[in-house]
Amino acid sequence: MQKDSLLEMRGIYKSFPGVKALQNVDFTLRKGEIHALMGENGAGKSTLIKVLTGVYPKDEGEISLEGKGTINIHSPQEAQNNGISTVYQEISLCPNLSVAENIFIARGKGKFVSWRSMNKKAQQLLDSLGIGVRATQQLASCSIAVQQMVAIARAVDMECSVLILDEPTSSLDESEVAKLFKLMRELKDRGVGIIFVTHFLDQVYEVCDRITVLRDGQLVGEYEIENLPRVQLVSKMLGKELDDMADIKGDVKPFVDKSGTPVYEGKGLCSTEGISPFDFEIHKGEVNGFTGLLGSGRSECVRTIFGADKVTSGQVKMDGKDVKISKPRDAMKQSIAYLPEDRKRDGIVGDLSVRDNIILALQVKTGFFKPFSKAKATEFANEYIKLLDIKTASVNTPIKSLSGGNQQKVILARWLLTNPKYLILDEPTRGIDIGTKTDIQKLVLKLASEGMSVTFISSETDEMLRTCSRLLVMRDGKMVGELTGDQLTQSAVMNTIAGGEKNAE
Amino acid sequence: MPNKKVLPPQTTLWGRITRYQIIIPLIALLLLVLVNLIADPTFFKITMKPNSNGDNILSGNIISIIDNGSELAILALGMTLVTAASGGQDISVGAGIAISGSVLLRVINGGDPRSETMQNPIILGILIACLVSMAFGAFNGALVAFLKIQPMVATLILFTAGRNIASWINNGELPIVKDESFGYFGNYIPGVPIPTPFIIAIICFIVMFLVMKFTTLGLYVQSVGINDKTSRLNGLNPELIKLMTYVILGLCVAIAGLIKVSRISTINYSVIAKDIEMDAILAVALGGNALSGGKFSLASSVLGAYVIQFLTTTLYKFEVKATALPAYKAVVVILLVVMSSPAVKEKFARLSKKFHKNEAAAGKA
Repeated sequence: MQKDSLLEMRGIYKSFPGVKALQNVDFTLRKGEIHALMGENGAGKSTLIKVLTGVYPKDEGEISLEGKGTINIHSPQEAQNNGISTVYQEISLCPNLSVAENIFIARGKGKFVSWRSMNKKAQQLLDSLGIGVRATQQLASCSIAVQQMVAIARAVDMECSVLILDEPTSSLDESEVAKLFKLMRELKDRGVGIIFVTHFLDQVYEVCDRITVLRDGQLVGEYEIENLPRVQLVSKMLGKELDDMADIKGDVKPFVDKSGTPVYEGKGLCSTEGISPFDFEIHKGEVNGFTGLLGSGRSECVRTIFGADKVTSGQVKMDGKDVKISKPRDAMKQSIAYLPEDRKRDGIVGDLSVRDNIILALQVKTGFFKPFSKAKATEFANEYIKLLDIKTASVNTPIKSLSGGNQQKVILARWLLTNPKYLILDEPTRGIDIGTKTDIQKLVLKLASEGMSVTFISSETDEMLRTCSRLLVMRDGKMVGELTGDQLTQSAVMNTIAGGEKNAE
Repeated sequence: MPNKKVLPPQTTLWGRITRYQIIIPLIALLLLVLVNLIADPTFFKITMKPNSNGDNILSGNIISIIDNGSELAILALGMTLVTAASGGQDISVGAGIAISGSVLLRVINGGDPRSETMQNPIILGILIACLVSMAFGAFNGALVAFLKIQPMVATLILFTAGRNIASWINNGELPIVKDESFGYFGNYIPGVPIPTPFIIAIICFIVMFLVMKFTTLGLYVQSVGINDKTSRLNGLNPELIKLMTYVILGLCVAIAGLIKVSRISTINYSVIAKDIEMDAILAVALGGNALSGGKFSLASSVLGAYVIQFLTTTLYKFEVKATALPAYKAVVVILLVVMSSPAVKEKFARLSKKFHKNEAAAGKA
């Protein structure tokens, strides 16, 4: 082991049926550093983490820890005992318990619990880390960001020397991310080694000291952050020089024709989910988007359009004709498709095969008494697996065993199969790798050029600026502005969100 | 540097076999067959001999299994759908059989428990019993689907009250149907050597198979059972689909009730189909279906039901006392359920993989 290193993994191999997930991967974590683990979906980041934390047994290789020499980790509990703690993307705490209980759960050694001292200790810990929450509060009543920080507090209190953060920021907004980073820096100063898995390049360059890049289960290299400019990082992750991120819009003409009847026109739309009534329209071949901070109501707006939430008021016209959309079925009949924000909760049907997941919406549209034959369904599925380059072992594979990006593509396939006139994509690129993100953006523009209307929502503003010709800005459940043409710049969006003048800049 | 060879998915024999859910009840069945073969091969003897009416009928243990297992197998169909869609079980099916049986007798006898002739045609009785039973199914389904009550708790209501309702329908009397033709459904049709309950069960399987083939019920039920939020966003109505499965189970209950009542041409409210709900749930579990809902296989559940009946008959054959029967059954159930548990299955899969690896290595050397 090298002198200053905290954790070393050498020559790690791991394969699953049909996939070589890790091949000869090395990883070194030093004391008091924040180390980014980067790679596309399916590069092996999660697998490496799971091998390290004992979720998966490794096929080959060596893991050594400072002061402990070579160790074999068989379970997450064992990893924890060795000072390796993990905070996962999806929070794995108990929402129905209090914050203090969550911090101390499963850590007593069969002793009696003193609630008062537990709450007191928990409060001290939370205060020392600057997490503004009461220890006695029920966890479910905290925001996702706070829940994540509670998970970190729990890890810290267990005297971890290695802290793994697996995409902790994917559901946080900017101010919450800033708080999290402050916490991370503080832990770093205490000498904790942090492994940070994320898809956000900005965040990597903001907090990390070192980057390890994986691709296709193999180690690409380990780099000091100063020596690796962004463009190079991206090209290393993708394995090719990639400039089409920047000029993705170059080959597509901006949308201009607004004269005809809108494909969809809604007036005074409102739902039970706390948004003010809004008007909205979209033309044939137009790509527009809702922007705003997390919780500003952008998702609620599109959910209202699709009838996903309970719609309380509003008039809707499709191609100029009055229609009523009060439930998803109605929207589907009007050839509207909606890819939801929360893939796991609203998107996938986990245990069902990729094939069944792809045909689901079209099958429902086709009707109860007209089931597709297995051959027909397989044909549909294979067509879209090829078209969208979905990586799956077969059409029979349960969707839950696919990587996040591929799951997203399956859901996209499901809706494209229904051949919609109007496609709503709510955060289609969240938590997926850059390659797939670019693919999806390109696809959106291609569909629009073929005459489909698309509403595109993303928490990454530049992604929206690249794809949308019109942005509707939301703040606190209200539509506060509309930006088109020359107004489509980062600063104009920021100003509108923040509540500056509409025509600022 | 070692170059890892990657196994294509599920290449081991075990892997290929365990992909089929039906393998679990099938193994159980084979074991039972094997035990009986060793203990007494005459167990499987089927003979043709005249019954008390002078008609030639098939008899033997196997015939008795397919005869007596019919009600359970029919219930298992509905129970599988209910389990898959709502992630819970209906424990009121035994009481439901009492209700539908009681309705059937009341209609046929026209309210007079000692009526010498049938007052209404049997088919009318069956229709009304089916409707009543489906209405009770809809009641259970509505509690589960719309009020989001846990299925076991929701159906506890009828589980508790059902047999009293059944008794109340006939004012506490025990009607007897004197007409012989009513007994055909639970026994034999003159001239047909196969027990009628089995024929009815086969018809039910075929109807269910056709429903699965010519509607999308299977996909919808699984989709709702796995993720009802997603299902709603894909245009399904999860509440309606859950309700529908309970109504289908209600229909199954009515058919099982018909067989049960017809067997003896009368009813005993407190004993009829007692504990059958537990066997029905067990059949679903034995069929390898997750009791928490989601993916399902009807064929596996039906086979599971017959395995349970096979077990009962085998135990009788070994002269286990009727009172001790449940204890023996429990032991076998524990074994079966443990063998088919995910943890044990995984262990087996791993062992088999290792075995294949060693074999491959030996082959190379």
